[in-house]
Amino acid sequence: MEEESPAPKSPSLFELFLAFSACSLSGFGGVLPWARRMIVERKHWMTADEFNEAFSLSQFLPGPNIVNFSVVFGARFGGVAGAVVALLGLMGPPFVIVTILAVFYAQAGNDAVLGRILAGISAAAVGLLIAVVVKMCIPVFRRGLHWAPLIGILAFVGVGPMHLPLQWVLLVLAPIAIAIAWVRP
Amino acid sequence: METNVLWTLATRFALLSLFAVGGANAAIPEMHRLAVDIHHWMTDRQFADMFAIAQISPGPNVIIVTLIGYHVAGVAGAIAATLAMTGPTCVMAFLVGRVWERFKTAHWRVAIQVGLVPVSLGLMAASAYVIAGATDRNWMSAAVTLATAVLAYFTRINPLWTFAVAGALGLSGWL
Repeated sequence: MEEESPAPKSPSLFELFLAFSACSLSGFGGVLPWARRMIVERKHWMTADEFNEAFSLSQFLPGPNIVNFSVVFGARFGGVAGAVVALLGLMGPPFVIVTILAVFYAQAGNDAVLGRILAGISAAAVGLLIAVVVKMCIPVFRRGLHWAPLIGILAFVGVGPMHLPLQWVLLVLAPIAIAIAWVRP
Repeated sequence: METNVLWTLATRFALLSLFAVGGANAAIPEMHRLAVDIHHWMTDRQFADMFAIAQISPGPNVIIVTLIGYHVAGVAGAIAATLAMTGPTCVMAFLVGRVWERFKTAHWRVAIQVGLVPVSLGLMAASAYVIAGATDRNWMSAAVTLATAVLAYFTRINPLWTFAVAGALGLSGWL
């Protein structure tokens, strides 16, 4: 059980920016766990339930989940300004770092040694992605959604091996999947 | 010419972001299709390199679009791609965020949420397939992928360690 949170505090715009930059810069392989730790456990800006609710919205919408979350969270505490500040905190520092890496890669990208290192990292990164997908599949199976594997496999085959445009696959599969979920919740 | 490339980057990524159901990792195959197959901005190998750089960088995984944008059109390209990939969906998140509470238990909301889960899982699996295809050119790198997947599934290891070991294996010429 989460401990009873003290009186809710509202972060200032500056605190919002700092909090999201800190989470972003700590977030290797995912910012979400850091954001949750910061918001729920350390700063008590949201309860665990409020956090889940706000994050479910971020997953519901298209686009990068944690980016959506920064906007939803920032807007709740500071309107448009809060949303912009949280987004800037989340994206600004990594943007600067990655642009510097991009400059470096543009100059050294053909270097054989760098290429071998990156190939190794990429192989490991695929492994991490596979583990995440498998972990996320388990609750779907537990809930007994028998149609879900078929939808998942169709999405995989269409976008993966068949190289179909994402838009086509989604425009066909998403309505079908939502309709099935509607009828058989 | 320059402005044309920026316009292409911006419109392509803005459209892509609206279909990125399940987040940045689900959008990887479409980014690959755009950057490698359609516009020939980069090779398979360069795409896999950028995926790797995005993974070892702090911040959201969507930051790979910054690398793609820079590769295509320098700093202006990096800015255009990043804004296009985050802007439209952020506006949507802001607007929907204000009315979301009202639909907490709405049947259609639950149906959309439940229905889209397997779709995004399939898309994420396709991302793994696409990157693996660009990366795992021999059985050694496929073995690294498999070993990392098993390790990450059964332990709570910090991903940076797996990157360090796999990068060192690559450096040593094993992969």
